[in-house]
Amino acid sequence: MTAVGATTVLRGRKIVPGVTEGEALVSHETISGWGGIDPARGVIIERRHELCGVSFAGRILVFPGAKGSSGWSGFFQSTRLNGTAPLAMVFTSLTTKVALGAVVTRVPSVLLPAEPSEVDPLVVIRTGDRVLVDADNGVVTVTHAAH
Amino acid sequence: MILSDDEKMMLDGVAGPAVAAAMDLLVRYGEALDCAHLCDVRNVAGTMTQPSPIKAKLVAQGGWDKAYAVINLDCDDDIEIPDMRVPTCQLQQGFGPDAEGVVPYPRGRIELQNDAEAFYGRRGVSILATCTPYQVGNIPVRGEHCAWMESSAVVYANSVLGARTNCEGTASTGAASLTGKIPCWGNHLTENRYGTHLVDVRVGVDDFLDWGMLGYFIGEIVQEQRPVVVGGIGQPEPIDLKHFGAAAASSGGVELYHIPGITPEAPTVAAAFGGVEPPDAIHYGPRERRATYEDLNSQGSTSDVDFVLLGCPHASIDQIWRAARALDGRRLSSGTQLWIMAPRALKTIADRSGYTEIIERAGGRILADSCPAMSQVVPVGTRVFATDSAKQAHYLPAFLGIEAWFGSLEDCVDAAVTGSWTGGLR
Repeated sequence: MTAVGATTVLRGRKIVPGVTEGEALVSHETISGWGGIDPARGVIIERRHELCGVSFAGRILVFPGAKGSSGWSGFFQSTRLNGTAPLAMVFTSLTTKVALGAVVTRVPSVLLPAEPSEVDPLVVIRTGDRVLVDADNGVVTVTHAAH
Repeated sequence: MILSDDEKMMLDGVAGPAVAAAMDLLVRYGEALDCAHLCDVRNVAGTMTQPSPIKAKLVAQGGWDKAYAVINLDCDDDIEIPDMRVPTCQLQQGFGPDAEGVVPYPRGRIELQNDAEAFYGRRGVSILATCTPYQVGNIPVRGEHCAWMESSAVVYANSVLGARTNCEGTASTGAASLTGKIPCWGNHLTENRYGTHLVDVRVGVDDFLDWGMLGYFIGEIVQEQRPVVVGGIGQPEPIDLKHFGAAAASSGGVELYHIPGITPEAPTVAAAFGGVEPPDAIHYGPRERRATYEDLNSQGSTSDVDFVLLGCPHASIDQIWRAARALDGRRLSSGTQLWIMAPRALKTIADRSGYTEIIERAGGRILADSCPAMSQVVPVGTRVFATDSAKQAHYLPAFLGIEAWFGSLEDCVDAAVTGSWTGGLR
């Protein structure tokens, strides 16, 4: 296990520019927009989802990618308009849904390699870790918290 | 991104601020995809009229120009929305005035949508108001680049028609309408259209129910990938493929499949895989069929049915006629409602053909424009519903916290007439 306070630097590609820092919320399952989140509250509502009932508002959302309806981007855009958007997005699988969704949510977003030689971002980053997302340079720096 | 001269001019504002905002969104989106070029499209299917609380707020602030700028172009400026540059249609939306008194749906939303239809119709948006534009005349030709949203329509356009579209969203289709451009990425490129999985069907699949179950099974396994389906399948009708694709796009995210000998880009299995050796087959036999049926029926435990829903994706005129025949001379149970969702153009034909009268005499209704999942509304007090659509059985329990039964049209109509579910796998 990674030591508390140790940092890990992950390199990927800018999807939406910007730099921000915050607390990670990690989902190991893909996320649905339409039928998957409540944009009024910024909460995941899909019943069988591992994070059902959890709010992503103001946190760094780390997840594999988007699934479900083509309404994905529109639902995440609504979180921006409602003030319930995540602080940044970090994901590992690129589709039109998640790319457009990140663009219209207007938060710093980075695509990290899904199968890197040494580390899987969805294993390395854990909910509660402090994460600096430097999307301009495609760099995600994780400061590990106690778990 | 590398832009052509006409794209640069649009970005620079030569065609006005709304077109410039549209091009700006397409560049941001294209760069997010790491896509080098845009491609020309002359067929856009998107959504502008669907009412929502956010739209009501934006319209109050700055009219529909404001709503389109923010939601369909991701632009904060006060800009005027010009006519659509290329043919554009509105997909399914909210319910219309004729649903009042049948569907418990707020009048304010109906009024907001009426207002939207007038604004967008005036700018060249055809209000098809259906998730199946291909059933009411919007049929792109093979190889044509399109910008469509609605997962069930996208998979139909790519697979059955051989057109090329990604699963677009509200803002990318809004920008495509004003520019005639979309990122040339994913399904637009030939190398991304070959099969990735081989599915060998070892049980007879030759009716609507079975095509839906097969799609649901395949989507769960292949997720966003591209299945090639061979084996014990009969000649499908368009409604079978409509159901198959919608189911595969619900349990997974299938945007393109091939059925060698049937779908246009796959004359043979070898062609479907682009000359590459096919992978080991995934088998779909009696055991998988039974498991899929049970999975789709795992959200029902009470046999009393309050509500029967047909027409997802929106019913064909033939499906409406089949429902009319099944209902002819019968009467719905007093505690049960039956709604058939259809494109408005086909409801007009059903009215004229007398099908609507047969259905209404039995106590059922044909409803246009929307559906319970889209508008998140079912008859008041619904606890248990039955449907012949794998997609609705998948989504409605999650949206509305109700139980679901999935079965054939005949099982669903029987449930509506008796008020209880006795369906089963035959």
